[in-house]
Amino acid sequence: MAFRNAISTKFLSRSSVFGARSMSSWWRSVEPAPKDPILGVTEAFLADPSPDKVNVGVGAYRDDNGKPVVLECVREAERRIAGNLHMEYLPMGGSVKMIEETLKLAYGENSDLIKDKRIAAVQALSGTGACRLFADFQKRFRPDSQIYIPVPTWSNHHNIWRDAQVPQRTYHYYHPESRGLDFASLMDDIKNAPSGSFFLLHACAHNPTGVDPSEEQWREISYQFKAKGHFAFFDMAYQGFASGDPERDAKSIRIFLEDGHLIGIAQSYAKNMGLYGQRVGCLSVLCEDEKQAVSVKSQLQQLARPMYSNPPVHGALIVSNILGDPDLKNLWLKEVKVMADRIIGMRAALRENLEKLGSPLSWEHITDQIGMFCFSGMTPEQVDRLIDQYHIYMTRNGRISMAGVNTGNVKYLANAIHDVTNSG
Amino acid sequence: MHPQFRLPGAHSSSSPSSSSSPTDRRLSALLRHLADSSASSAMDSENPHTTTISASPTSGFDSNSVFAHVVRAPEDPILGVTVAYNKDPSPVKLNLGVGAYRTEEGKPLVLNVVRQAEQKLVNDRSRTKEYLPITGLAAFNKLSAKLMFGADSPAIQENRVTTVQCLSGTGSLRVGGEFLARHYHQRTIYIPSPTWGNHTKIFNLAGLSVKTYRYYDPATRGLNFQGLLEDLGSAPSGAIVLLHACAHNPTGVDPTLQQWEQIRQLMRSKGLLPFFDSAYQGFASGSLDADAQSVRMFVADGGECLAAQSYAKNMGLYGERVGALSIVCGTADVASRVESQLKLVIRPMYSNPPIHGASIVATILGDRDMYNEWTIELKGMADRIISMRHQLFDALRAKGTPGDWSHIIKQIGMFTFTGLNTEQVAFMTKEYHIYMTSDGRISMAGLSSRTVPHLVDAIHAAVTRVV
Repeated sequence: MAFRNAISTKFLSRSSVFGARSMSSWWRSVEPAPKDPILGVTEAFLADPSPDKVNVGVGAYRDDNGKPVVLECVREAERRIAGNLHMEYLPMGGSVKMIEETLKLAYGENSDLIKDKRIAAVQALSGTGACRLFADFQKRFRPDSQIYIPVPTWSNHHNIWRDAQVPQRTYHYYHPESRGLDFASLMDDIKNAPSGSFFLLHACAHNPTGVDPSEEQWREISYQFKAKGHFAFFDMAYQGFASGDPERDAKSIRIFLEDGHLIGIAQSYAKNMGLYGQRVGCLSVLCEDEKQAVSVKSQLQQLARPMYSNPPVHGALIVSNILGDPDLKNLWLKEVKVMADRIIGMRAALRENLEKLGSPLSWEHITDQIGMFCFSGMTPEQVDRLIDQYHIYMTRNGRISMAGVNTGNVKYLANAIHDVTNSG
Repeated sequence: MHPQFRLPGAHSSSSPSSSSSPTDRRLSALLRHLADSSASSAMDSENPHTTTISASPTSGFDSNSVFAHVVRAPEDPILGVTVAYNKDPSPVKLNLGVGAYRTEEGKPLVLNVVRQAEQKLVNDRSRTKEYLPITGLAAFNKLSAKLMFGADSPAIQENRVTTVQCLSGTGSLRVGGEFLARHYHQRTIYIPSPTWGNHTKIFNLAGLSVKTYRYYDPATRGLNFQGLLEDLGSAPSGAIVLLHACAHNPTGVDPTLQQWEQIRQLMRSKGLLPFFDSAYQGFASGSLDADAQSVRMFVADGGECLAAQSYAKNMGLYGERVGALSIVCGTADVASRVESQLKLVIRPMYSNPPIHGASIVATILGDRDMYNEWTIELKGMADRIISMRHQLFDALRAKGTPGDWSHIIKQIGMFTFTGLNTEQVAFMTKEYHIYMTSDGRISMAGLSSRTVPHLVDAIHAAVTRVV
């Protein structure tokens, strides 16, 4: 083998007049890309040698010891799957069983819409993949449309619709002064948008603010959407994770369904089943009838095929094993509630600590907001100080991942926040 | 088709005549009373002056779908073969369309070494399911580059290679294509004729335009080498060229090493950018190194190239979607900048790749015993396929089937381009229940010693009775 290599090297260098050693790189003009604002935080955290460091950056759940969690229901499902019969390709649209169970979560266990087969649904690469498939679908079949995105939103939303080449507009959402919802401006924007506009809505546990409309507000939003003929696309990444009750967290969607909207939904199992790295999710589009649903699904598959051919099987098997088994499903519901409750508990603890420290600022929003994230209201400069002085890592918009807060670090965190917000 | 009446919270039925609820039936009856005798045409009319009942606007949202105009996409031609096969009740039916390995018993195969790796992963309670980095599992990337380019590759040692985990071959090609569309000065990619059906769609959606270069010669059922050299020779300087690293899909026709060297010289002299699709490394000849020679030849001359790797076939990980895209760059600094730009392509597509399959691969490639066991199992699969080729060829010769069938043993990899035409294929499906794609491609993986005689009978009949 080595001899043969020596010969071929000789052969090649003799013909090096055609070789490329003298060729300059085609990529010299390639600029280094900016770091992803969210994932860059974790990179920086990992590189920090300080023993006090705290990561409240990326939205991945941690237990009270700051450790990532694999749910017991997931471990059990994996035990059943290991030694699986085969690892054959899934259909382009993904696992039928997994999709069935996933639609029940979003649309309701006994939804007629499911029975009537009006929902076009495909397995997607978690929430990102579902949003991207929809954006590509929107571009192909409604090429003149735009997408209205709330301010602020998960930063990757902008990248997704941009790469799909769908023009973006924004609508008012967060009210910095109250650290709550800017409902009046939100409604104005809905009314002022041209009829039939496409809107991105966070179904629950808005990322990054944690600010959700109330039920009454959702009803008003739905009514106004009706009046304007707008299309509602829901990104639901935290069902079950927000309140601890998946049915309750789907309320916004159910209101829109009751009102007869034909919506689209991106669902993710990254957080609520802890399947982050497995990339499991679902994109669904509610259609007028079964025939239309078949057409739409076939077109969604046509977009998936040149992206990754068919979705990964492992995560889908975990989901369908859990949701398809009543005992495992009950275990899952319990475990989701535990995660949600811990976060709700940490919100209370953080607020309490800040108030006990005598902070003159209002920290009510910490417990008013819901889900994994708290929009603290801190400025980028204050965040920089938290990183530099206290080795506390969060994104520069002041978003705290409550999952990273635990009984071991909540006091340290409160002290640090108090310090940087007190001194101007 | 619009249902012409809506009730609040009504179920939509797909046609008025198939209403199931009592409410619907009462309304249908009412409609018949109010409509004139040409009620059926009135039902389809959108004219507001016809006697159709419309619910008042306050009773429910007028759900005219924004996607009502979407038509049903055509069936995938390859998957359609399996659909038809599944429907056929014949006991002698044979599925030669499938692009997945099958055992002698016609069953899918999970490699032993893969099962072992999976058990290890399941039993390791310290493992989490956290997000991988955007570029994927680092150990997997390193090991994949070594597998592709050779552990002693100077390009690797000089840190000139950036490797990112992607979703199997498809995902690697797509990410590479999108990167090229954004950062490369030429937007045209040349693909061989014929090629895997999905290549064109992938590159089009990535933002590249697609042209073809001559490849397969139907007369010889081999390589049209002259045509290939001419077409690449007349391509514009700097154009991207897709090359199948080994086991060309669908023809099974590969250039010889001497021909690869000529291709390399031509491409480098014209500054053409090689983009390798390597979906069958180890699966073609049984040797991982031999199947990587074409790629390594190009890397050895110090030039740049892209390579898409898949573990679907050679590790049997089809549905796990494991693959890698490597870009070999002129310098380490360039490689690092290129990697940062690849992240920007990936993040808005799916954020980060799935962990399970890559963990299996890294476990196997990173453990010397498991790696060795893998090479043995891999050679077993390749050998079975080669054996099927010889059995088929020998049996056709023994039967005296007219024609030169030596291409069956000259071609390599999972597929054989038989040279049968669409009429002959249709005949074989109808009379002999043999399922294959209409271009005459058969998957050798679907054959077994037991079924070779049946296929031979079918081919013989097709060739002698159908022109």
